[in-house]
Amino acid sequence: MVKPRTLYEKIWDAHVVERRPDGTCLIYIDRHLVHEVTSPQAFEGLRLAGRKVRRPDLTLAVPDHNLPTTPRRDADGKRIPIADPESAQQLEALERNAPEFGVRLIGDADVEQGIVHVVGPEQGFTLPGTTLVCGDSHTSSHGALGALAFGIGTSEVEHVLATQTLLLKQSKTMAVVVEGALAPGVTAKDVALAICGTIGTAGGTGYVMEYCGSVFRDMSIEGRLTVANMSIEAGARSGLFAPDEKTFAYIEGRPMAPKGADFDAAVAYWRTLHTDEGAVFDKTVVIDAADIVPNVTWGTSPEDVVAVTGVVPDPLSFADPSKQAAAQKSLDYMGLTAGQKMADVAIEHIFIGSCTNSRIEDLRAAAALLKGRHIAPGIKHAMVVPGSGLVKRQAEEEGLDRVFLDAGFEWREPGCSACLGMNPDKVPAGERCASTSNRNFMGRQGPGARTHLVSPAMAAAAAITGRLTDVRELLHNKEGVML
Amino acid sequence: MDKLTTVDGRAYPFGMKNVDTDIVIPAHWLKTISRNGLGRGAFEVLRKEPGNVFDDPAYTGSPILIAGDNFGCGSSREHAAWALGDMGIKVVIAPSFSDIFSGNAFKNGILTVVLPQDAVDRLMEVAQGVNGTPDPIHIDLESQTVTTQFQDRFTFEIDPFRKHCLLGGLDEIGLTLDQSDMIGGYEAKQAQDRPWIVPAAVA
Repeated sequence: MVKPRTLYEKIWDAHVVERRPDGTCLIYIDRHLVHEVTSPQAFEGLRLAGRKVRRPDLTLAVPDHNLPTTPRRDADGKRIPIADPESAQQLEALERNAPEFGVRLIGDADVEQGIVHVVGPEQGFTLPGTTLVCGDSHTSSHGALGALAFGIGTSEVEHVLATQTLLLKQSKTMAVVVEGALAPGVTAKDVALAICGTIGTAGGTGYVMEYCGSVFRDMSIEGRLTVANMSIEAGARSGLFAPDEKTFAYIEGRPMAPKGADFDAAVAYWRTLHTDEGAVFDKTVVIDAADIVPNVTWGTSPEDVVAVTGVVPDPLSFADPSKQAAAQKSLDYMGLTAGQKMADVAIEHIFIGSCTNSRIEDLRAAAALLKGRHIAPGIKHAMVVPGSGLVKRQAEEEGLDRVFLDAGFEWREPGCSACLGMNPDKVPAGERCASTSNRNFMGRQGPGARTHLVSPAMAAAAAITGRLTDVRELLHNKEGVML
Repeated sequence: MDKLTTVDGRAYPFGMKNVDTDIVIPAHWLKTISRNGLGRGAFEVLRKEPGNVFDDPAYTGSPILIAGDNFGCGSSREHAAWALGDMGIKVVIAPSFSDIFSGNAFKNGILTVVLPQDAVDRLMEVAQGVNGTPDPIHIDLESQTVTTQFQDRFTFEIDPFRKHCLLGGLDEIGLTLDQSDMIGGYEAKQAQDRPWIVPAAVA
């Protein structure tokens, strides 16, 4: 009898080119996403060694990190120069390298452009059961479709470009089980934050996670993308969802996805991609869906999670002395005091975007709350940055852009934006942002910026009241109808 | 990658402990698009200090760097190894290194030599010059030794795979490319079992 295997083990086994005596395996890589920050030196390395890209057809390049989210072309279609010369240089390098090596480039003015982790699934480039890499830690996102996806460094980017393989050691497996049903106002982001808060940012180190249980089965593909995206914030390089009917329906008809008989053959294979009965995980973490509420972060690590109805924790309440010191440092940086109610924390900036929460469902959730409402006077700046040009276009077809603009938000071009301080979108020092992104590190949104991670609905709620707010207080309109 | 068999020359008598990769190359250099040219940013902050060893003409272009404990700790940035390589450094000698840095150094053809503190102290003396002018240090990878003209002889350990790669000038990519047939075999089988794996062409 064949030994029962986890989903991870099945994908791993299907990609072993060579198994070495010390347990290291040469693993075949089916999909490689390339962006402008971690690829220039990899392409340069190929050029210097006279090497080519082994499988340009399995490689897709998209710029995202450095791009300003203001308009990129003037009325005549001419490029508007990028102010930061180094950003411009990284972008130009990708535009030069992709065609030189025969790699398809989705350019900055193409409607398909967006954040790599939004574009991959949207284009049907990301498929179940594939191995997918990118020089970016949030590559874990693609696990939502059942791809074994993880971030790599620049030397590894070059290794994959040249050989379509990586030398890897197999990870341990962790089941993250959430059973039950999520209450109204509780979203995939709250689940992801709950996981980070429960296991900590090192909890998943050395593991590949698999998300199991009814909450994840019932979750939409876009919600799964949010959860898988944040696997890395809980320390796991990858997080997997077993592909199901929702996955197949999501993929069918996408531009780069298999078509016709190929699609049927693919689905037949994808149906085998689930953890077998009796397979053993190295570790299992169980969270009750009923315990998950709308969450916010109070500190400078994604594990610093508290219910929006809760208070800023006392650093002394942590058992570990090093965590006590880190918590105090976080509170000093964040300008918060122990015992302060989270719902009393005033907010000046709202950022809805990033590879975590910039898809159409995220925008719909925020717009549903904002319709007929306006940002509070204390909000200095609020913006929505769609994850891709296609998300932007769909949102405009649905009239969501009008809702955001009428509410006082800016409606931007797609890119990584204020998730990280690499482009013009930054939060000023000492100011506070309710952000749908994934990292609340010191200086992440700009030097001295204070980040509170929230769901899109919670970001909208904070925009309306000017403080961190329990979205459940705003779920009904004036007539008492649920939004 | 260039072969590394023997290295003979002067050494920067640096000696600093716990040098993190932010010290080796500050963050604002990360927006570069090249591995080359980072030598200009290497040790940028330390080089603002008058009399620093890196700007001492007696050491300019030295192929060896002698450092203190825990060299290369902190950020995983591969730019640190690129910066040292761009300065012309081929060997770093220290009592210990961060794992990530020594991996990155190796991937870029730089040898990290671990020696006990007293041996490192002695090599610092030689690098500074026993008689006032810097004396050279000799490293032989095949015999795993560091020697001087004063009859000093220290042996060091190295992972056999890394030694093999450095001696042959083999990089990991080159080695994997040697298995192209095996990779091609996998691709052929995959094309048979899962032909739909190649993304649909986009018009």
